[in-house]
Amino acid sequence: MDSLVQTTAFQQKIDQDLNIEPKDHMPDAYRTHLIRQISQHAHSEVIGMQPEGNWITRAPSLRAKQILLAKIQDEGGHGLYLYSAAETLGISREEMLEQLHTSKAKYSNIFNYPTLTWADIGAIGWLVDGAAIVNQVSLQRTSFGPYARAMVRICKEESFHQRQGYEIMANMMKGTAEQREMAQDAMNRFWWPALMMFGPHDSDSPHSGDAFLWKIKRKSNDELRQKFIDKTIDQATLIGLTVPDPELKWNAEIEGYDHGEINWEEFNRVIRGNGPCNKQRMAHHIKYHEEGAWVREAAAAYKQRKNEF
Amino acid sequence: MATDTQLDLWEVFIQQKAGGNHTHAGSVHASDKQMALQNARDIYTRRKEGTSIWVIPSQYITASTTEDADMLFDPSDDKLYRHPTFYVMPEGAKQI
Repeated sequence: MDSLVQTTAFQQKIDQDLNIEPKDHMPDAYRTHLIRQISQHAHSEVIGMQPEGNWITRAPSLRAKQILLAKIQDEGGHGLYLYSAAETLGISREEMLEQLHTSKAKYSNIFNYPTLTWADIGAIGWLVDGAAIVNQVSLQRTSFGPYARAMVRICKEESFHQRQGYEIMANMMKGTAEQREMAQDAMNRFWWPALMMFGPHDSDSPHSGDAFLWKIKRKSNDELRQKFIDKTIDQATLIGLTVPDPELKWNAEIEGYDHGEINWEEFNRVIRGNGPCNKQRMAHHIKYHEEGAWVREAAAAYKQRKNEF
Repeated sequence: MATDTQLDLWEVFIQQKAGGNHTHAGSVHASDKQMALQNARDIYTRRKEGTSIWVIPSQYITASTTEDADMLFDPSDDKLYRHPTFYVMPEGAKQI
């Protein structure tokens, strides 16, 4: 049970924009909220390696293949930074994997969509990583120290990801009619799921109240989504891509774009496990986790034999 | 079969430039020294972030807590004479 004094001291620290560190007192609900959010973030990075991994052997050039490999390696690294940040809150890596495999923990919906063409790799880097960056830049100032520090590191690496994705799209738009069509098709399929990455509208967002009070969240879902839309539309127009939203129009009053309604039915359907690739993503992760068990066993046996400590 | 494990937790310290301090970068999981060093290299230094890496099992680190901060660090507030700016220098002795 948290004492009133402790809870007040905690909130004072938050109000002064001081970071909360792992050994500091924190309310149980703050800890639980962070474990849920950070582990979901970590799982997203790791599951996100799958749709991109699908194109490693089919990358159109050696340059493209090297870049894609480096990018996927980064995503794995991001997952590891985040798992470590979550572990400082007292949950083990084993528990987090268990929660993922039993669907108790979620990961970003966007990775339940397939990568059908090479242009999808461009769309993921440009739109999906682009949306993630908007969110992550704001999380660099989140109140929990280890999470904020992981975000700083991740943001540095993500800007390469977004630029490589945009380069792919720009090159395809300079290519043949078929390549331009492919790029537009990827844009059409990834635009709306990318907008959904920011989560429900502020009016329907179940976790927001406390998250703002505790400064885990600094900007609302709708604010972040608007930021992403406004910066991405100019980039699309510059290379000749059409944003697949007939209701999109400039609103001088807010100095941003108004957009059409998001299909929340689809969002909820995918979250509940019925997206195009949910089952495949999880089956793949479980399979390789289980097939890797002998490596972990061998490492543990080697440690015993070395007896270093 | 042994119970599955995600191996031990290690803390990683990176020296950014030769001659500088090693600064905490984050953590890795590994079963032994060599694996910890290799994992730290792969996770934290893919973009010339470092010239040297230290790894240490997290369980061997002892840390002060926020509650200790007053007791540990307040006493330095009333000892301004430990700073060079405390002293009055005679006119013309600017280079000291």
